[in-house]
Amino acid sequence: MDWHQLWSILSTPDNVPITALLFLVPFYTWYGLRQAFANDRLIAQLETDPVLAKTHPRKTFPFRPGWSKEVPVWPYLLRIEFLAAIIVTVILFVWSVALNAPLEEPANPNLTMNPAKAPWYFLGLQEMLVYFDPWMAGVVLPTLIIVGLMAIPYMDANPLGNGYYTFKQRKWAILAFCFGFLGLWVLMVIIGTIIRGPGWMWFWPGQTWDHNRVIFEVNRDLPDIFGITSMVGKIIFGLIALGVYFGGAGWAIHKLFVMNEFNRKIYQRMTLLQYLALQFFLTTMMLLPLKMVLRLLFRIKYILVSPWANI
Amino acid sequence: MADEKDTQTDAKDTQSNGKGRVAGVIEKVKEQIRPKLNQDLEGLRQPQKTQLYKSIFRVKHEETPRSRSLSVLSNVFLHLHPARINRDAVRYSYTWGMGGITFYLFVVLTFTGVLLMFYYHPTKIQAFRDILYLEHDVPYGKLLRNMHRWGAHLMVLTVWLHMFRVFLTGSYKKPREFNWCVGVILLVLTLLLSFTGYLLPDDQLGFWAVTVGTNMARATPLLGSEGPLGPQLGMTAYNDVRFALLGGSIVDSNALLRAYIWHCIGIPVIASTFMIVHFWRVRKDGGISGPSPVMLAKEIKPERP
Ligand code: HEM
Repeated sequence: MDWHQLWSILSTPDNVPITALLFLVPFYTWYGLRQAFANDRLIAQLETDPVLAKTHPRKTFPFRPGWSKEVPVWPYLLRIEFLAAIIVTVILFVWSVALNAPLEEPANPNLTMNPAKAPWYFLGLQEMLVYFDPWMAGVVLPTLIIVGLMAIPYMDANPLGNGYYTFKQRKWAILAFCFGFLGLWVLMVIIGTIIRGPGWMWFWPGQTWDHNRVIFEVNRDLPDIFGITSMVGKIIFGLIALGVYFGGAGWAIHKLFVMNEFNRKIYQRMTLLQYLALQFFLTTMMLLPLKMVLRLLFRIKYILVSPWANI
Repeated sequence: MADEKDTQTDAKDTQSNGKGRVAGVIEKVKEQIRPKLNQDLEGLRQPQKTQLYKSIFRVKHEETPRSRSLSVLSNVFLHLHPARINRDAVRYSYTWGMGGITFYLFVVLTFTGVLLMFYYHPTKIQAFRDILYLEHDVPYGKLLRNMHRWGAHLMVLTVWLHMFRVFLTGSYKKPREFNWCVGVILLVLTLLLSFTGYLLPDDQLGFWAVTVGTNMARATPLLGSEGPLGPQLGMTAYNDVRFALLGGSIVDSNALLRAYIWHCIGIPVIASTFMIVHFWRVRKDGGISGPSPVMLAKEIKPERP
């Protein structure tokens, strides 16, 4: 166990946000879900008690008849905003007094940094480079992330859970988003920061960064395993394999989606375009974990091989 | 004035007489000036009644609902707020305050960034030295640079958490779909703002991060010299998107200048514009989305026509 190595990674000033991330993200996930579960209990109670549902203010917060539903912004909101500004300023001051922004040697194109890491918030993309070629990891997938995020409000046909925390009423939406945000984005950022060392190789926390390490890996392409050698054969095989993946994943997602009564109702409300877009983004998102499994467990590099692009 | 009068009278009259007259004059002056002085002192005691105060703030400050509303609505900086707000929406637990904190950090970054601009030249010869100068010679230069750096990191964190909160509360649902999209654009702009700033110290860290980052642009389908179908369309290292981003085929002085202009002018202006739209839409979409009363599954209105 090389504590020094671990400490030198964690205490690198530019990695402090990651350390903050390690605490903040779990905290706010817990903070949000706790309120979601509290609301879910209230919802369950109101569903079984229609009389109560008519009179209850329908929030978990205390409310007495006679209290006004609104409060003046001054002072009730503004004082909080001023306080928040002061607290953030103090945090930023203390942080800036305690830790110095990094400054390396002057830029030198002849002296390669190893590992050459992107800023931490882009390490998710850099980590994807392990599993996809640059045109996918660096251009197509980021674009799809942005477009996919923007499409969320137009694909989510579930009218429940608008303006309050809930888990039960939006189970699939929340699980899918958390999988993408926590599992594929935040986790990849953390892996990129803490785990990846020289040569972008995998070093467990506490393992010494060995700059001379060579990992001998023989990666194969999926068509090779099936003994396909001609280029045309590989392209056709790759397209079929991708087709099988999208078909299979789409089918699995559909089965999960219509598993319960409520979701079947939501499904009924969706237009064809909404449904296809949702399927497209979900299956494309799952392509990443699929390629991770293929690579890490089976040493398979590409599914589709062609002279122009590989996936 | 009073003194002058005293000396004049002293000169003319005899001493015994003069003493009485001086006292009389002082009495007179006191009589006339005291009420005026009191008027001014009253202004100090109750500044809100002065002409100066009224001219600045326009409304009286009283603890009445009307006056409280007016003091928000008639203030250019505060008028983005409504006058009144859902009583539970002021709880920290609902919004986590992350949107507001993100905006506050943007303001702090603009302020510290402008100060940094006074000391920074975006040229290969000067950039790195300017940072050294800032760190070692400019009073509080190190603190300034640190605040700008950490503020930027913090802003990236808070904007992620803001998005997470908006998702968990389902606040992107009708009628806030479009504002969510504006938000996604702000997210991208925040990341780009941070990324373009990374190159500016012109050190190894920034140089290689930007090299790694922009190398990916080479692989853009159709538009990159090494991307799928790029070469077939005539893309080379000297005319593809990467060349456009860097102003050259390597990360060099043109890239530094481009990063500087995008970082200090281009993206801040675009981001501010989108923020104005974002805040405007928060109000127009009916204010903050909740915490609203929970809805039950059986209350879903029938399908859209
Ligand atoms: C520079 C970045 C951003 C700034 C300064 C900003 C600022 C704000 C502020 C001050 C609010 C008021 C409520 C609150 O504080 O939570 C708000 C609400 C909102 N933001 Fe942002 N935001 C940013 C980015 C985003 C992003 C990335 C998203 C989503 C992807 C987003 C979506 C929304 C939505 C939908 C609302 C309305 C929420 C509601 O009514 O509950 N914003 N934003």
